[in-house]
Amino acid sequence: MEKKNSILTNGLLFENPTFVQLLGMCPTLAVTTTLKNGLGMGLSATAVLIMSNILISLLRKIIPDKVRIAAYIVIIATFVTIVQMILEAYVPSLYASLGIFIPLIVVNCIILARAEAFASKNSVGKSALDGLGMGLGFTGALCIIALVREIIGQGTIWGIQVIGGPVQPAAIIGMPPGGFIVLGILIAVINFIVSKGKEGGNK
Amino acid sequence: MQPSIISLLIAALFTENFVLVKFLGCCPFLGVSKKLDTALGMGMAVTFVMAIASLFTWCANHFLLEPFGMEYLQTIVFILIIAGLVQFVEMFVKKSMPSLYNALGIYLPLITTNCAVLGVTLLNVQNNYDFIHSVLYGTFAALGFSLAIILFAGIRESISEKEVPQCFRGFPIALVTAGLMAIAFLGFSGFSI
Repeated sequence: MEKKNSILTNGLLFENPTFVQLLGMCPTLAVTTTLKNGLGMGLSATAVLIMSNILISLLRKIIPDKVRIAAYIVIIATFVTIVQMILEAYVPSLYASLGIFIPLIVVNCIILARAEAFASKNSVGKSALDGLGMGLGFTGALCIIALVREIIGQGTIWGIQVIGGPVQPAAIIGMPPGGFIVLGILIAVINFIVSKGKEGGNK
Repeated sequence: MQPSIISLLIAALFTENFVLVKFLGCCPFLGVSKKLDTALGMGMAVTFVMAIASLFTWCANHFLLEPFGMEYLQTIVFILIIAGLVQFVEMFVKKSMPSLYNALGIYLPLITTNCAVLGVTLLNVQNNYDFIHSVLYGTFAALGFSLAIILFAGIRESISEKEVPQCFRGFPIALVTAGLMAIAFLGFSGFSI
């Protein structure tokens, strides 16, 4: 049981795909303009990650080693297409605002990295858990960045006004440069907290 | 309506720069930009692949998917074409230009997962570009990517010699630098011919 917990928390915290491994930067920076977009992107990627991890783990003994990357990409692209169709049918507004970044989940390095590093070597149950942990870690990171950018850039949370009156939101944070700067500062803050924590532990 | 070639060039290089405005191809932009010469190599390889990928995916979409009404397979077909192309380019470069092959090293196979390549092929379809515009847009967008990554590598080389606060070392300062570059590119917005 403990082992399973550690697989889950690994993705959520210690090997967080965004803040620690710095994978999947494009969607992280591009869609985190509002909390809604960040959450939608995170959950879509999580769904693809869990399903592709399960299928790749099931097929891990069948897929020949030489063509494994190509096989993984086809599997991932299939699931992405399914997710794309579901989003288009049921949440058209989210589909429109995420735009090209939905099909681009195919080339999100997190998914291919987990397929190669985890699902191709572990059992189905563990791979599904790993997909869930990594996916939620990615979603959590996206939500944190999106929350910061939405509050500073637009003065809203989930579309509801929280900062108003004389305070004007800093629109630049919602625009492309803001994405880079907010993520850079967030990682620096995390580094700072981690290094303080280590110092405290040594004393 | 197809845009003029010059406006396409300006959009791809400056006003809609792939990396700094559209956020496509950020992984290699942040990962392969520590040294100027590797950034140059990466830019060249990506330009090559993106131009050819635009050409082939346009043909596949126009002659294969559209006549049979299978546009929903675009993502799968395009990524397969790109993966195959990268493999082919790798073999070709290895055989005919070994010095270039050595310079590019591991960056060649990594191009498959560069979202700028898949991104440009999907944008070509979205914008309804014809054959010539697709190939040109692919090339120009890749030049925009190269411009950004080469400038960025130049800045990062000199940052690496500076005293940066401990918690900002490495990625955080690179991201903030990229943000400042993006602000500079924002200055081009609205500029068109």
